[in-house]
Amino acid sequence: MTSPLEQKKIKIAGPSVVTANRTWDGIVVYRTAAKSWSADLSEAAIVRDPDEAKSLLAESVADDVGAIGPYIAPVQVGADGKIEPGNLREQIRRTGVTIGQPAQA
Amino acid sequence: MYAYDEIDRTLVNERVSEFRDQVKRRLSGELTEDEFKILRLQNGVYLQLHAYMFRVAIPYGTLAANQLRALAHVARKYDRGYGHFTTRQNIQFNWIKLAELPDALEDLAKVGIHAMQTSGNNMRNVTSDQWAGVAPGEIEDPRIWSELIRQHTTLHPEFSFLPRKFKIAITASDHDRAAIKIHDIGLKLIKNEKGETGFEVLVGGGLGRTPFIGKTIKHFVHGRDILSYIEAILRVYNQYGRRDNIYKARIKILVHELGIEKFSREVEEEWQHIRNSSLQIDDEVIEDIRSRFTYPAYEKLPHMPDELRQAAADADFEAWRKNSVAPHKVQGYAIVTISLKPIGKPPGDATADQMDALADLADKYSFGEIRVGHEQNLALPHVAKRDLPALWKALDKLGLATPNVNLITDIIACPGLDYCSLANARSIPIAQELTRRFADHELANLIGRLHINISGCINACGHHHVGHIGILGVEKNGEEVYQITIGGRADEGAALGNLIGPGVKFDEVADVIEDVVEAYLALRERPEELFIDTVKRLGVEPFKERVYATR
Ligand code: HEM
Ligand code: SF4
Repeated sequence: MTSPLEQKKIKIAGPSVVTANRTWDGIVVYRTAAKSWSADLSEAAIVRDPDEAKSLLAESVADDVGAIGPYIAPVQVGADGKIEPGNLREQIRRTGVTIGQPAQA
Repeated sequence: MYAYDEIDRTLVNERVSEFRDQVKRRLSGELTEDEFKILRLQNGVYLQLHAYMFRVAIPYGTLAANQLRALAHVARKYDRGYGHFTTRQNIQFNWIKLAELPDALEDLAKVGIHAMQTSGNNMRNVTSDQWAGVAPGEIEDPRIWSELIRQHTTLHPEFSFLPRKFKIAITASDHDRAAIKIHDIGLKLIKNEKGETGFEVLVGGGLGRTPFIGKTIKHFVHGRDILSYIEAILRVYNQYGRRDNIYKARIKILVHELGIEKFSREVEEEWQHIRNSSLQIDDEVIEDIRSRFTYPAYEKLPHMPDELRQAAADADFEAWRKNSVAPHKVQGYAIVTISLKPIGKPPGDATADQMDALADLADKYSFGEIRVGHEQNLALPHVAKRDLPALWKALDKLGLATPNVNLITDIIACPGLDYCSLANARSIPIAQELTRRFADHELANLIGRLHINISGCINACGHHHVGHIGILGVEKNGEEVYQITIGGRADEGAALGNLIGPGVKFDEVADVIEDVVEAYLALRERPEELFIDTVKRLGVEPFKERVYATR
């Protein structure tokens, strides 16, 4: 996956969300339709064309106290409306590392 | 061990309270992320995939037991109970909350640990041989010089606003454990015909997008002139360095474009202006630094104690001793490398419990000192040989006695796509799978010394270019693909590896590596011929043929 940090132009190929990291603790969050952030992907606002994406991103960038490093990420939306990450990177951001973590102390 | 002076302590404490204030202003919205970013980077705080990542310096790889306990404490209290040792004598914590970072920094400052020089476009922490001061045959302890350079370059204007980050490594032994040829400046301590101490100076090494092996710019610079010489290099670099293009701004690019002759002429000219200035180092300054490094009060011990003789009957102990124990410059003592590469686990990770236990073992068996090397392993630098059997038992209980140092399962891997926001592909699971494939110790020993290095993107944090086998993760149509090189090396014979063929998919990497190893076992002239020597003798082709013939 080319790092989205290198994202220059906004092009979206399908349903997308805006994701970022929450400022105070760094956890992965998604922009919601209620102009807020949620750690739950199912609450993310879905955008489907570049203009929508652009305005969701602009609004997210402006909320810099809430979360940092926002960018547009692909998702898949199932027939039942269930949202899944659109690539491996986003899957890892959502579910955590793919390796065993050392036992917690 | 090194005792910080008052100035250092004050500086470190001031930085902590400054940062506490900055974090407060950031969280209240008074500072934007744009304004804050440079401030957090100065304190070792990056943003990664899952959270902030906090990078802490371990200058020249020397840690006291109480410092290791402080790192364990940070891992436990502010993170998820573990830390990750990197290839540049740093430790990283992967799950730190910004709001708690000032507390973590403050807890570390109490034991003299800080995160300065771990990030940003400045002088990074000067790395050195993890066996400094204890390796037989070294010219002198290279950390004295590392410290001199550290003091001079910390916060010095010429070094704080460089076109790009800048890294120096120092070695004092013929066998280079500090990888000086892949640093912006590499220094090798030597003596001239008159017996004076000085440096062979190398410049322009580095990996990343455009890898280069460093070249010798001057064969001998007297010790007292080393600061002015480094400054001359920095001035030429600052003058030409391309600030407009982030990929071109490393000194390696400049050296390559100017050519080493022209570059060294310019440095020489600059140096003549400044070498007799205040940059010339007085003997007293060196002596003062030297006196801050204390060495243990070694006992007079036999070369072959009874304890060791008796333990030799235990095959498991012997396997570990032969693999992980190295000669010490003082008779009766040994250097013990602690593998952080247990089979099936992420390379370089240590849990808080392991760190605490290791600190206790260092107190008991190594005069309270621990070392951190660039291979993502640790070492206990002053172990009495009579204590080796007891130490081994204790390490084994902690899962820290895997006898695989320098073998095929002693893999260097960057965090990759599991943690890193810049990654194209995962690194750690590849390493885990490879350690499982080669878990059999007899097989690993039969193969002999073989370094595998894995990076998850072209930034090359896993030093894949200089791995005997290098694995680079790239992305192709949304899929992880891995390019495999052979023939690289990071030591005194440093070289970049060559591609053996087209990239392979995630699931195929371990198979291909097995085939490469099989090819080597078939191609080597005799069992002592190392993988790297077979590649050197035959080139890439015979490997390529065998590995790709059936694919
Ligand atoms: C996960 C967080 C990390 C990030 C975001 C990161 C980022 C980077 C970047 C952007 C570069 C390239 C700079 C250039 O243009 O030269 C780099 C280089 C490097 N990184 Fe990391 N890195 C990370 C972790 C690590 C770790 C864990 C290690 C050690 C195991 C490491 C060791 C290095 C080294 C040695 C280089 C220098 C390569 C050279 O000689 O140019 N990094 N890193
Ligand atoms: S090599 Fe790339 S993927 Fe690996 S840690 Fe460095 S920047 Fe991240």
